[in-house]
Amino acid sequence: MTTPVELEQTQVDPAPDLVADETVTEDRPWLTIVWNDPVNLMSYVTYVFQQLFGYSRDKATKLMLDVHHKGKAVVTSGSREKVEIDVAKLHGAGLWATMQRDT
Amino acid sequence: MNGWRRRGELLVGTLSGREAGLLRGMVGQIRDLLAARVAASPQDELAELTGIIAGPTTAPPDRVLARLLPDFHREDTALSGGMRALHEPELVATKDSAAGVVLDTCPAGGGRVRLSEEQAQAWLTALNDVRLALGTVLEVTEDMPDELRSEDPRAPHLAVYHWLTWVQESLIQALVST
Repeated sequence: MTTPVELEQTQVDPAPDLVADETVTEDRPWLTIVWNDPVNLMSYVTYVFQQLFGYSRDKATKLMLDVHHKGKAVVTSGSREKVEIDVAKLHGAGLWATMQRDT
Repeated sequence: MNGWRRRGELLVGTLSGREAGLLRGMVGQIRDLLAARVAASPQDELAELTGIIAGPTTAPPDRVLARLLPDFHREDTALSGGMRALHEPELVATKDSAAGVVLDTCPAGGGRVRLSEEQAQAWLTALNDVRLALGTVLEVTEDMPDELRSEDPRAPHLAVYHWLTWVQESLIQALVST
C-alpha cells in the first residue's frame, strides 16, 4: 500500500530580497524566436505566420522581413506553455524556431 | 509540371511520370529517416502501460534529422531535452502524416493531382521537409547559384532542389490566390 505524495509543503517565509527577485523573474515573458535559414522561402514563412498565428498579411510579411534582414524575429510571446506550443508548431512547419526568456 | 492552379476549392497540378517518381522517392526517404529515428529510441514498459510516449532527450546525430527536429532552446540543453522528450513524438507524427498525404495523392506514374486546401498544406510541409533535407546535404546558402559547374557532384541534385523550390512556391501562390 502507498499514500499519495504529500504536496503541501511547510510554509517558510523567504528573505524579502528573494521575494522581490522572484517577482521580477515571473514577470519576464517567454519569447518565440524564428531564425533566418537559407532554405525556407520568404512566401512560405509569411504563409506559416498567417496560418499558425492568424496574423494579417502585412504583419506576417513584416516579421518575415525582420527574420530575413536581421537574422531573427520575435514572433510570439507569453507564458512558457504558450511559447513552447508555438515553437513546436513552427518546427512542424519546418521553420527554425527556439524559445527563450525575455531579457 | 506547369505549376499549380486554384480551381474553386481545389488546388490542381500535373506531374510527369519522372517528376512523380522523383518526388515520391524523396518523400519516402524522409519517412524512412523519421522511422529510423523512432526505432533508435525504443519505448520502455512504462510507456507501453501508460500510452504516454516520451521522445529522446538529445538531438539526432544525423544532421538532416537534426534540421528536421531542431532544439527548443539554443543554450539550455536541459530545457531543450525536456521539450524534445515531450514534443518530438508528435512532431515526427506530423511530418510522417504530411509525407503520407503526398504519397496518397500523387499518382506513382504521374498525372493530374487534385488537392483540398488541407491536403495542399500537407504538401507544403512535406515539400519543405524534402527541401530542408536536400538543402542540408547540399549545404545550400542564400546566395547559392542557379547552377553549379557541371563537374561539381552536387550539380544534378541542386537542379532537383531548385525544382522542388519552384513546385513549393507555385503551390503557395495558388493557395493565397482567390
